[in-house]
Amino acid sequence: MSEIKKFMYINRRAPYGSIYALEGLEVVLIGAAFDQDCCMAFVGDGVFQLVRGQDSTQTGMKNFSPAYKALGDYDVNRLYVERESLAERGLSEDDLMELTWEDEDDDWAEKPSIRVVSREELARLMEEQDVLLNF
Amino acid sequence: MALEINGKTYETDEEGYLANLSDWDEEVARKMAELDDCDLTDNHWEVINFLREYYEEYQIAPAVRVLTKAIGKKLGKDKGNSKYLYQLFPYGPAKQACKYAGLPKPTGCV
Repeated sequence: MSEIKKFMYINRRAPYGSIYALEGLEVVLIGAAFDQDCCMAFVGDGVFQLVRGQDSTQTGMKNFSPAYKALGDYDVNRLYVERESLAERGLSEDDLMELTWEDEDDDWAEKPSIRVVSREELARLMEEQDVLLNF
Repeated sequence: MALEINGKTYETDEEGYLANLSDWDEEVARKMAELDDCDLTDNHWEVINFLREYYEEYQIAPAVRVLTKAIGKKLGKDKGNSKYLYQLFPYGPAKQACKYAGLPKPTGCV
């Protein structure tokens, strides 16, 4: 068994209009399927990926936002959202989807996956990772 | 590639997965299973239907570990383990069952 590395997948782009967000999500799921320690960060326009009530019909792309709800099943349960990026776009935590994971060690209690953090905290979290992947 | 059933053609990819999810019906699953020499029992259908519901909700085909855990939660521990699922789908529960369910190949499967 190879050693487990700490991966952070950094999402910087809006969900539609490019393939980055969807491909990034696929890569996270692959990393998680290989039992790596995976977390995600959402900065800049990347925060739009988590906005609730998405309707992609006009874009010609599939609305893949329901897939973020499966992240908990893949043990990806730390989704860091940069507070400044939300504020700069007139968004707050209430505009984001409710994403949860079930804690096996706590009688399967549902816990929130999204953690809104400051730019400074996020920089510190990035320092802790072995691998940073940008999408 | 394509699958031919009662004169109707169903488009598939190079690995035999259905190209259009909406083309799926039970006949597709039966035909795919027949080509693999696999008889579909109620236990197979339980997993296939579960996968279709999962996809409907999350828009992804789950990896095998996730499938196993989710089946265990929904259908009980005696079914939510790899031994049981591999008995039903010897080519790999996620891969084979997703194929019969008309889903794309699971994310995280290589």
